Amino acid sequence: MSLENKNIDGEGINASQKKENAFANIKYLIVGIFFGIVFVKAEIISWFRIQEMFHFESFHMYGVIGCAVVVGLISVQLIKKFNIKTLDGEKIEIQPKTFNKGQIYGGLMFGFGWAITGACPGPLFAQIGTGATVIVVTLLSAIAGTWFYGLIKDKLPH
Amino acid sequence: MNILEIIKEPWPWYIAGPLIGLTVPILLIIGNKSFGISSSLRHICAACIPTNISFFKYDWKKESWNLFFVLGIFFGGVIGAYFLSNPNPVEIAPELSAKLATYGITDHTGLVPLQLFSWESLLTLRGFIMMVLGGFLVGFGTRYAGGCTSGHAIMGLSNLQWPSLVATICFMIGGFVMSLLILPYILSL
Repeated sequence: MSLENKNIDGEGINASQKKENAFANIKYLIVGIFFGIVFVKAEIISWFRIQEMFHFESFHMYGVIGCAVVVGLISVQLIKKFNIKTLDGEKIEIQPKTFNKGQIYGGLMFGFGWAITGACPGPLFAQIGTGATVIVVTLLSAIAGTWFYGLIKDKLPH
Repeated sequence: MNILEIIKEPWPWYIAGPLIGLTVPILLIIGNKSFGISSSLRHICAACIPTNISFFKYDWKKESWNLFFVLGIFFGGVIGAYFLSNPNPVEIAPELSAKLATYGITDHTGLVPLQLFSWESLLTLRGFIMMVLGGFLVGFGTRYAGGCTSGHAIMGLSNLQWPSLVATICFMIGGFVMSLLILPYILSL
């Protein structure tokens, strides 16, 4: 397996080697709940808000994503500058992203899907939570899409 | 106006954006986890679909935090919709409202337009394209790109990764092309 392929295969697999018990996962559940509430309350999971963004009719989504990036950027730079550790004293490691053509082709395809469904993967889970049960179909289809990518990955340009 | 009433109002971008951005350091500090959501779809494949595909052969249990995180997002959706919901109809830009009305989309009560996304419309060509094909593109595209809005646009840009900037620009180009040029035809079906 080439180095490039290894990098692609490793995406989304975290650097931390530390095993965590099931109870530790509760904290991620709580952060997820907080995050899901923000999704609903800021109407980020609204199909209408996504269309407004792509039609340049509202600043809302640009403001949300822009602020999120600025806060994330400052946080990550502070963590690096002051060598901030995790609560367990582990060194914080962030996997670098390596370029491949998938970011262009896949990026465009995701853009199409985002504009059609009005949802990225995160909002799909929140939309189902708000009672839009049919979005389960969209989620299953997204899982099928991910699986299909895994199936034909080696035949695609990267 | 009490605090609960204020929370029930739609949150402005300058409140929601920083809260979402804070997820990045919170996940890093509580467990050295890089913010990313589309990976959960891959972990679900690895956990639930038994196949011999090398892309899905890894220790998904080590990544199970991500599945708890998206389960949390689901519950957050439940809480946001049933306990903190805005009693007023969602306000939509008048230009968009007028455009959508020409396709018969006039009901703005939900976050998900009921006239487009419902069990009844699933069997129509328009509904099939929007829910099934749309979902497929989201799942295929994010994995091919190696991340979604969270992993690339927020986490990747926060870490000054130029490939994430390329991906984010492509997400937006794809979105503009679909929403402005192609979606009108799909909505007319």
